[in-house]
Amino acid sequence: MKHRSYLALEGVTVEFPTRAGPFCALDRIDLSIEKGQFVALIGHSGCGKSTLLNAVAGLVRPSRGVIFLDGDVVDAPGPDRAVVFQDHSLLPWLTVEENVRLAVDKTAGGKSRAERREWVMHNLDLVQMGHAAAKRPGELSGGMKQRVGIARAIAMNPRVLLMDEPFGALDALTRAALQDVVMDLQARLNNTVLMITHDVDEAVLLADRVVMMTNGPAARIGEDRTVDLARPRNRLEAIDQPDYAGARSAVIHFLHERYRNPATLAA
Amino acid sequence: MASPSSSSMKGPPARTGGAAPELGVILPYPQEAIARRSFAPVAAPVHPLARKARAVAANMLPTLAMVVALLAIWQWLCSAPDAAFPSPLMVWTQSHEVIVHPFKGVDMGLTHFSIAQSGDVGIAGHILTSLSRVLIGYGMAAVVGVALGILIGQSVFAFRALDPLFQILRTVPPLAWLPISLAIFQQAQPSAIFLIFITAIWPVILNTAAGVQTIPVAYRNVARVLALNPIEYFTRIMLPATVPHMFTGLRIGVGMSWLAIVAAEMVQGGTGVGFFIWDSYNSALLTDTIVALVWIGLVGFTLDRIVALAGRIIGRTA
Repeated sequence: MKHRSYLALEGVTVEFPTRAGPFCALDRIDLSIEKGQFVALIGHSGCGKSTLLNAVAGLVRPSRGVIFLDGDVVDAPGPDRAVVFQDHSLLPWLTVEENVRLAVDKTAGGKSRAERREWVMHNLDLVQMGHAAAKRPGELSGGMKQRVGIARAIAMNPRVLLMDEPFGALDALTRAALQDVVMDLQARLNNTVLMITHDVDEAVLLADRVVMMTNGPAARIGEDRTVDLARPRNRLEAIDQPDYAGARSAVIHFLHERYRNPATLAA
Repeated sequence: MASPSSSSMKGPPARTGGAAPELGVILPYPQEAIARRSFAPVAAPVHPLARKARAVAANMLPTLAMVVALLAIWQWLCSAPDAAFPSPLMVWTQSHEVIVHPFKGVDMGLTHFSIAQSGDVGIAGHILTSLSRVLIGYGMAAVVGVALGILIGQSVFAFRALDPLFQILRTVPPLAWLPISLAIFQQAQPSAIFLIFITAIWPVILNTAAGVQTIPVAYRNVARVLALNPIEYFTRIMLPATVPHMFTGLRIGVGMSWLAIVAAEMVQGGTGVGFFIWDSYNSALLTDTIVALVWIGLVGFTLDRIVALAGRIIGRTA
């Protein structure tokens, strides 16, 4: 029997019905991710990155092909595949603590109330948001909301952590601070992570592998580049490594030479 | 608080300013501008209650002034001896009994009130009768309306089946239901309550449904990823996300039921503020009608504010 990776996408095709017939967003995607690996998915807007992530999350059903997670077939959304949404998606009527608590209550079966509360606070502390537990999302800045979004996801103890352009809406400095948070969390927890980004530096800095997608429709995986940087990583040390520059240049060549942005091609 | 004098201002321009012409130094700004850079003394702190009182006064004064001005214009326009419409002073003198004894014939307790079934009842008694009808009819409309709104907001099938019917029925004027209502219930009290119910329910249904339909996809996705069961989805996501829309419908509904009850009672007679108006018109007591209008307006305004306040409180805690 052939060895199957921890997270394996086998021939995943996603088609959406439209008035003009089926629109093929993803075409026979094969992707294997090992346990504890951090994979960044990069590509131009509209290439189907989010569709791929939503398929793993179970929010979108593949038209053909199968997704395996630790040997189980993925066919519905579930808390074992926690998602950090781009717009954070915190519930505005709950406090920060209650938002995380809602996720913990669904995943921490058998734990006492005190243990759950402690687990919530532990995860908020991991993203340095313990001080804001009693605040509502409306009182927080964008970066703080996304920290809470990350805390909510990791508090679920997911088998795979899915991040859908988690820092896309943040300014450059806040983004860097959150990248440091993610690097720190990865060093402590060694989660299996699939992250969408369209920031080359972010992909190379955070990921063990950068998977580059061709332009849609019918997007495929164009290239798969391993980033051999030691962990735990540090921004200032990493940028001077030869493999950082090598991976960065490979991704930029892919995105701006081989598969240019379809929007700029037309111009 | 001492205001710093201009001589103690920091920065070289202030110091070299006087000698500037001889030294040929170009000043960044003129000397008089520097001299003006002092602070006005800080006003003595105002007691918070006094500040609050001032804010309320600032809010209310324009309204009060407007009311006084309008009353004055009205008095001036209707002061002729042969004027067809009574002036405010005439209202005061002719309807004095109605204005100063609104609770005549009403036995008010802390937890209950009873209104004399026969004889002379004050305007507040009629208002209370109308309010009790509105309370029952509107209460039922709120419960049934929210339930139906959630049903058609949640289920595409129910929406397709029921929404066209609701859209047609909601345009039927309240009074058009009165003959049907009387035919079904035979009696004044239940048919008035039914009229309120049928008037208030449409905005509640349609706004609640719109609220459920516009729950952001983001919240639905959170619920799916967390695998919330239907009950958890209902209490943790749907209800809190829909509360603002729901209360928009409830506010429109309470206003419409107050409109409908007065009209219904005018036609039906017996008791209630609508009957009071009709009765005063038949007795050629136009000044009583004017007093009733003021009462109706104030009560309607209060009802609207109560529902709005309930919406704010529930929206905050949900």
